[in-house]
Amino acid sequence: MSNNKDNKNSYLQMFRQMVRIRAFEEQANQLYLSAKMPGLTHMYVGQEAVAVGICEALTPNDKITSTHRGHGHCVAKGADFKQMFCELLGKQEGYCRGKGGSMHIADQANGNLGANAIVGGSAGIATGAALTAKRMGKKEVSVCFFGDGALGQGLLYETMNMAALWKLPVIYACENNLYGEYTKVEEMAAGDLMARAKGFGIESFEVDGQDVLAVNNLTQELVERARKGDGPFFILLNTYRYHGHHVGDINREYYRSKEEEQLWREERDPITNFSQLLVDKKISTSEELKSIELQIEKDAEEAVNYALNAAWPDASEVNMHVFASN
Amino acid sequence: MREITFGAAVNEAMAEEMRLDESIIILGEDVAEAGTPFKVLSGLVEEFGTERVIDTPISEPGFTGIAVGAAMTGLRPIVDLMFGDFLFLIMDQLCNQAAKTHYMSGGKLSVPMVLRTNMGATRRSAAQHSQSLQALVAHIPGLKVAMPSSAYEAKGLMKTAIRDNNPVVIFEDKLMYNDKAEVPEEEYLINFGEANILRPGTDITLIATSSMVQQAEMAANTLADQNISAEVIDPRTISPLDETTLINSVKKTSHAIVIDEGHQNYGITAEIAARISEKAFYYLDAPVQRLGAMDVPVPFSPVLEDLTVPTAQQIHERVVMVLEGKI
Repeated sequence: MSNNKDNKNSYLQMFRQMVRIRAFEEQANQLYLSAKMPGLTHMYVGQEAVAVGICEALTPNDKITSTHRGHGHCVAKGADFKQMFCELLGKQEGYCRGKGGSMHIADQANGNLGANAIVGGSAGIATGAALTAKRMGKKEVSVCFFGDGALGQGLLYETMNMAALWKLPVIYACENNLYGEYTKVEEMAAGDLMARAKGFGIESFEVDGQDVLAVNNLTQELVERARKGDGPFFILLNTYRYHGHHVGDINREYYRSKEEEQLWREERDPITNFSQLLVDKKISTSEELKSIELQIEKDAEEAVNYALNAAWPDASEVNMHVFASN
Repeated sequence: MREITFGAAVNEAMAEEMRLDESIIILGEDVAEAGTPFKVLSGLVEEFGTERVIDTPISEPGFTGIAVGAAMTGLRPIVDLMFGDFLFLIMDQLCNQAAKTHYMSGGKLSVPMVLRTNMGATRRSAAQHSQSLQALVAHIPGLKVAMPSSAYEAKGLMKTAIRDNNPVVIFEDKLMYNDKAEVPEEEYLINFGEANILRPGTDITLIATSSMVQQAEMAANTLADQNISAEVIDPRTISPLDETTLINSVKKTSHAIVIDEGHQNYGITAEIAARISEKAFYYLDAPVQRLGAMDVPVPFSPVLEDLTVPTAQQIHERVVMVLEGKI
């Protein structure tokens, strides 16, 4: 999408997409806090540069698989606010007709094969999509998003092994936000995180997940190589989730300090830092960026109001779609 | 009509469909040159190549998951799970991913894949290579489950499974691979959810699946010598289940025994017996009986193993007890 990175449009597109994710999540959090949303949800706030940097290097035909913390991936891959909020609220007009909810949003038209509520559960799906691409000669790439918590799952290593054996065009994107649920990554993952995929002979890269340009540059290069048959690849993206494991995880000082959270928010924020860069490099002005943010916040608010007023699924939906028709 | 083995029928079904549809691939352990330990897939790699008949590492969850993703994006994979007992390894990919994807996506994504595996004890393979775990997957909405009882069923059900747009699990009785039956040379399919009345009868209905169909037929033969007329029905698929044919039969005979090689507790026999009780209770002259595998891990020693699986003789004896009012 953004082959020419000096192109102002592609920079602003990345800014816009990061802001869209944050605006979406702020509204989703409010829906939870005001008890308007059924169930729980997992905030992507803080990790925006990962989803945007990667998805802006993909075409709509390229596939992604997402996680329980999946709103960011979904927005970054091109989803629409209204259908997403409708899904979060269990409404008929949602991406999955209200049957999937926050943890299962899929948007197959934009290549999002779905969020997954099983940690690491989509490693097979992403790898299988890459097998399809290779078998059908489609030159498409798939990206498997997963968190550091998924490094504990055997499925990931089984599929990495096969992807390497069969040279599949898949990129394993490990978002290390430092915590699997309420436990520090170093308490759950022994040894070197980078050594895991390397063990299969998979070329592995580490990148600052708060730096959208760094993520995008690296991903563009890897996507191009994967299309030529050089895959698979592994990327370790160092990032941070501002919220708790889920929206109800409010008192979290027993596993991480407020100072640590504050440090990431104040010094490592992907949107603030990218805004500064855009202004410093005279690609944009703070006024222009502010007006983009305001417009997006307005869009998000409108979409929420739309979704709150949207229709529930008809009761007849309950046993519809158990099986696909033949 | 020509007779071919059960294994050859499975092979023929897959080869015919693979010739018709380029998107069909096979994934599994030793499926290519080895043609599986049971040699059921022999010859397929020679015809279709290693691009379509893919040997995988020993990573059952991994290759099942890859098949799910391939199915979601345009291929039609057939996963070969070497032993039914390995279902426990792939439960997340089969039951949380494959089975639910169509529903969770509101009908936008589908998973047209076949998982062929096996069942059946008395092969002296002990507790982890002998189980009949069909109840485990039949419990999950979104999965279809077929249980062929002969070469004829094996071919027709496999072809239907491959063309189905949903995940289908096929349980083949591993002791039946060399059994021959009449299989037409012309193409045919067997619709899911259509039971087969193998033998009409008036006194009692014997509903049997897969390996137990032969046992039920043998029992029906010896019962006929005593002037007892048993109707033998093979549901052929347990999900969907042709309830109508089963219920109509029981309404006619007023007696029923359900026989399946899975464990009896919470098993296929329990489900079918419950449906009969719900829908034909007032037609029954005796309680519905069940014969399943004993609720013990399958033992190794032949003298013990043979005690765990229902036999024609046990079926015969149970029929007599039912009809004589001794239950």
